[in-house]
Amino acid sequence: MQRYSGFGLVKHALGHHENWERQWRNPEPKKRYDVIIVGGGGHGLATAYYLAKEFGVKNVAVVEKGWLGGGNTARNTTIVRSNYLWDEAGRLYNHSLDLWKGLSQDLNYNVMFSQRGVLNLGHTLQDMRDIQRRVHANRLNGIDSEVVTPQQIKEIEPQLDISSRARYPIMGASWQKSAGVARHDAVAWGFARGADALGVDLLQNTEVTGFKIRDGKVLGVHTNRGDIEANTVGCVAAGNSGVLANMAGIKLPLESHPLQALVSEPLKPILNTVTMSNHVHGYISQSDKGDLVIGAGIDGYLGYGQRGSYPTIEHTLQAIVEMFPMFSRVRMNRQWGGIVDTCPDACPILSKTKVKGLYFNCGWGTGGFKATPGSGHVFAASLAKGEMHPIAAPFSIDRFHTGALIDEHGAAGVAH
Amino acid sequence: MFYIFCPYCKEHREEEEFHARGQAHLMRPSDPDNTSDEEWGDYLFFRNNPRGIHHEMWVHSVGCRKFFNITRNTVTYDILETYPMGEQPTITAATPDVRHEQGVQVADGGWQTVGARSENKALNEETSS
Ligand SMILES: Cc1cc2nc3c(=O)[nH]c(=O)nc-3n(C[C@H](O)[C@H](O)[C@H](O)COP(=O)(O)OP(=O)(O)OC[C@H]3O[C@@H](n4cnc5c(N)ncnc54)[C@H](O)[C@@H]3O)c2cc1C
Ligand SMILES: [Zn+2]
Repeated sequence: MQRYSGFGLVKHALGHHENWERQWRNPEPKKRYDVIIVGGGGHGLATAYYLAKEFGVKNVAVVEKGWLGGGNTARNTTIVRSNYLWDEAGRLYNHSLDLWKGLSQDLNYNVMFSQRGVLNLGHTLQDMRDIQRRVHANRLNGIDSEVVTPQQIKEIEPQLDISSRARYPIMGASWQKSAGVARHDAVAWGFARGADALGVDLLQNTEVTGFKIRDGKVLGVHTNRGDIEANTVGCVAAGNSGVLANMAGIKLPLESHPLQALVSEPLKPILNTVTMSNHVHGYISQSDKGDLVIGAGIDGYLGYGQRGSYPTIEHTLQAIVEMFPMFSRVRMNRQWGGIVDTCPDACPILSKTKVKGLYFNCGWGTGGFKATPGSGHVFAASLAKGEMHPIAAPFSIDRFHTGALIDEHGAAGVAH
Repeated sequence: MFYIFCPYCKEHREEEEFHARGQAHLMRPSDPDNTSDEEWGDYLFFRNNPRGIHHEMWVHSVGCRKFFNITRNTVTYDILETYPMGEQPTITAATPDVRHEQGVQVADGGWQTVGARSENKALNEETSS
């Protein structure tokens, strides 16, 4: 692998950028691997990378039906934070946040992780009570989090309307200073390049159409490019997880919904941080390129089309204009949708299944981008050892029968 | 954007008048005292999530405020029929004609699987999995 550096950039500039090497190979599938990962989004690629790098499992294939990182990874609004309420979720997301901090160096790939902070606004007394409770829980778990007043909010984000004239006046917020955003594509590509360099085969345009299962054990997958064998298969397929599970005769408590986002024309720097509001239901940040990155809630119906309805876009923009009246005449450039796998308790599933050797990592719904490195890391550990990593263990499918749910609807809300 | 026929108002109205309320025809366990954790969990949390034909409940929330059912393709978003509460769908994934027309693939065990990729003929052939 050609390492990237400032010096390399200058050298390649002199060569008119014509001699950059390809970032990864495009190999033919082998007959057999030690581990197959189904789904080449950020989570699948991170899993493969950590398997090869930290757990010595290098004979790995990532099987992706389209192109790498073309699913929700490419479609998300890149908010990274860890201020979740419950201990289990706090541990998982904070593990991820720790990995984000050194990720560019680790991957030798600039993932543009920018810790510009996240505000979660409160507009009612109940909002503020919930925020206080969550912030206290965060602090007990060592997660950086504080409650801020409208005046402090104004200092952090001067363009926000904190006046009492607003339809839903802002009463305060939670503020996680170490949160922020990252460059979604770079995350997928960085993990892909790192995994490939360690010997992982990235198989694009390869769709899993079924599983080979005998005596309750997984033996491999059927694909449109032939059968591939492995005794360990990890499915990391976001919105299509339920479809895959059904192929193996497993049911998951997931519902797949469209989730939309949109970006404006590029503007001069105007926003300092990420602002989210559960109550008026919208969130916004500004990308380094200058576009406002905007999102809100899911479309209410099931959908596998990667698009949603116009009323949802309209509601999203109403919320943004409520918080930032000055954006009312900004023109929107692009709009798109992803398919999010929503889980009843707004927490992911990282789990074994009744089929031996078949694992699922899914249910991240509207908020899994922030967890990409952490999820990949603990899932890789689980696949390598055949036992769920302690951070992953509480997220087993069993919780929907034992009742040990981890209810993060408050911390998730509109807040991805 | 959906344009939905309410079987009570007997009119097509815009999507914004309605709310999707999840899978239709769910039955509460009839003998709660003798229902296992497994059965309760399934009833409360596990839903069909087909990539294909789905029967779902909607409410005409700013119209007549009544609940009714829709059969819809979750990939093309085509609404195939709407029918009042208490009635059964006339169009299902088990109907070969519908399956073919809607590009839906059904695996062993009756699950709908990959299907509904009408641009990719090969994957729409019925295969066992
Ligand atoms: C509009 C939007 C905004 C979001 N905003 C945020 C945010 O601000 N912060 C945040 O943390 N999260 C956010 N999310 C959620 C986040 O994008 C996801 O949780 C995360 O990216 C999931 O990553 P993944 O790798 O699991 O899934 P994906 O990137 O979707 O990858 C799954 C892959 O599996 C492949 N696949 C599916 N079926 C098969 C098959 N049969 N065979 C082979 N391959 C298959 C797909 O092609 C896909 O590439 C947002 C999502 C959306 C849609
Ligand atoms: Zn009506």
